[in-house]
Amino acid sequence: MKLQRTIRLRTAAVGALTVCGALALSACGSDDNSGGSGSDTTKAASKIKCEGEGNLLASGSSAQKNAMDIWTQTYQSACGSTQINYKPTGSGAGIQEFLQGKTAFAGSDSALKPEEVAKSKKVCKSGQGIDLPMVGGPIAVTYHLEGVEDLVLDADTLAKIFDSKITKWNDPAIKKLNPDAKLPGKKIQAFHRSDESGTTDNFTKYLNAAAPSSWKHEPEKAWAGKGGQGADGSSGIATNVKQNDGSIGYAELSYATGNDLDTVKLDTGAKEPVEATADNASKAIADAKVVGQGKDLALELNYKTKSEGAYPIVLVTYEIACDKGNKKESLDAMKSFLTYTASEDGQKALKDKGYAPIPDEIITKVRTTIDGLS
Amino acid sequence: MATENPPATAGPPASAASAASAKGATRKGDRIFLGLSRGSGITLLVIMAAIAVFLTWRAALAINADEANFLTSFEWDANANPPRFGIAVLAFGTVVSSVIAMVVAVPIAVGIALFISHYAPRKLATPLGYVIDLLAAVPSIVYGLWGALFLVPHLTGLYTWLDEYFGWTGIFTYEGGAARSLFTVGILLAIMILPIVTNVSREVFRQSPKMQEEAALALGATRWEVIRMSVLPFGRSGVISASMLGLGRALGETMAVATVLSPSFLIKASLLQPGGGTFAQNIAAGFKEAGSMGRDALIASGLVLFVITLLVNGAARLIIARRKEYSGANA
Repeated sequence: MKLQRTIRLRTAAVGALTVCGALALSACGSDDNSGGSGSDTTKAASKIKCEGEGNLLASGSSAQKNAMDIWTQTYQSACGSTQINYKPTGSGAGIQEFLQGKTAFAGSDSALKPEEVAKSKKVCKSGQGIDLPMVGGPIAVTYHLEGVEDLVLDADTLAKIFDSKITKWNDPAIKKLNPDAKLPGKKIQAFHRSDESGTTDNFTKYLNAAAPSSWKHEPEKAWAGKGGQGADGSSGIATNVKQNDGSIGYAELSYATGNDLDTVKLDTGAKEPVEATADNASKAIADAKVVGQGKDLALELNYKTKSEGAYPIVLVTYEIACDKGNKKESLDAMKSFLTYTASEDGQKALKDKGYAPIPDEIITKVRTTIDGLS
Repeated sequence: MATENPPATAGPPASAASAASAKGATRKGDRIFLGLSRGSGITLLVIMAAIAVFLTWRAALAINADEANFLTSFEWDANANPPRFGIAVLAFGTVVSSVIAMVVAVPIAVGIALFISHYAPRKLATPLGYVIDLLAAVPSIVYGLWGALFLVPHLTGLYTWLDEYFGWTGIFTYEGGAARSLFTVGILLAIMILPIVTNVSREVFRQSPKMQEEAALALGATRWEVIRMSVLPFGRSGVISASMLGLGRALGETMAVATVLSPSFLIKASLLQPGGGTFAQNIAAGFKEAGSMGRDALIASGLVLFVITLLVNGAARLIIARRKEYSGANA
């Protein structure tokens, strides 16, 4: 009898473990799904112009997932006849599906490559694939170091830390940037993404542009730096940084705030070190140049920006659609949905979720382009 | 005459009829059952052939485009132009982590199986069996999360100890940091394959001939001698089959490894240093953001895993065939 009770207890324990696992999983998928509820939704929803109906299929970047969740919820409460289905499969798979004609548009953390534009002419028939910047977000550098609350680093030290050229926390380069902090002589454990990801791509683009003499690796989705430890997904980085004293890593801002992690302030050359916040990221995106040809609005970020309060490690994610020759059955719904996401309400809805709205100058161009999609 | 009136005739016609039905060709039920079982067999072959053809075809595309040596190079840059990738690190990591898992799991599993089948009182044996079944039902991602959140932080002590006493061997040097190495993966995999090896071994040990055991006891053998002389030789091929089933799971495990391991395309001499990778883990890590060449390269690595598994199973068959004389189950 006693034994059976133990068994039952163990069953319960395993059950609890499973539930915890499920919770942890859903937690790493999205930090907050409750956004856009209540009166905000209805107010915003009333301004949406519904057009078209049926299923609107899209897939791609998982960095956009939380934003898409909020937009989809608000949009569908206004336009019930359209079902939006965004699968966060990753940018590479999203572009692939778009090029195969399976989806109406793709979400991607990087703009289309020339060979992908060439391939898109097949799907778009009369036109080609174009990039529409829609969401931005700061990539926070998170750290865990007992006794140090405000850590300031610059591009050069970051590059050296992540390339295992600086290995101790009390290295003179770090000391120089933090004269008042009590830095321990601990080994630095640098964590990077072990899976291929747009976050890594954008983070190394920053290192490569802002500290070219210390970061000589080509920016890529797969980690190219030397040494350090790899962890799976942004949640893997957050978990490991939290677990290990003396560690540093990089992840989207929402993972840093969601896990109560300290973030590094960046010495960009501006008067004050810049904190990773949505506002500061927007300021950096405002410094970007549009480099896309014709209707393509691909951006080139200014990673060396010294503007006051501009946080330059940002990720801009795009929606990719055809400028001409979109699929007839989903064109109206797609235009109506993208018009909403690019609208003031659509952009504002993201602010407290760790995303940075696209600055006015660029988003106006996006709106005009969406208007002209055919 | 004879065929018109079967009951009246004796001998040849009746025996001819029974011979025909023994071939399974005359009765309807026999024919249906033959068709069904043959169909199942063919389906299995078709599925395996479809997987093998798909893997080979896509892999051939990737390997032809590969600028590095596919078997020996230490890099994975399949999305670059031109692509460069090699499976040396993955093959090493997969084999090493699985071997560690086997070394840890098989002795424990055999111990548990013997305890349940020969030592434990029935009251204890049955619930213990249930607990082991339960262990088999835990999904691998949960093992992964448990490994990452619980096992990894608690292994630093063992790592430091190993480094202090066995660091001189070179394979147990540890330089501090999170314990996310092939050794940790091996331990986690050992826990994951424990139930399958235990359950199959237990069933085999249970079937060991009672007469032999009792004969040994009657000759004055102790319990350990009985197990050594009659149970273990009888169960050996069963234990090997069980281990192979477990090894199959360890070789192909994906999510748990991806969650726990800190991968890199280097082979470290020390098992305790983070780094390395396994086939399945690398596919999981690279698949989402891969371009078309990257995907084919991952599929090519999948083909190698397929071949390794095939070889391992073949080797197990050989061992079992050689030990046939001991085994009642395979006779």
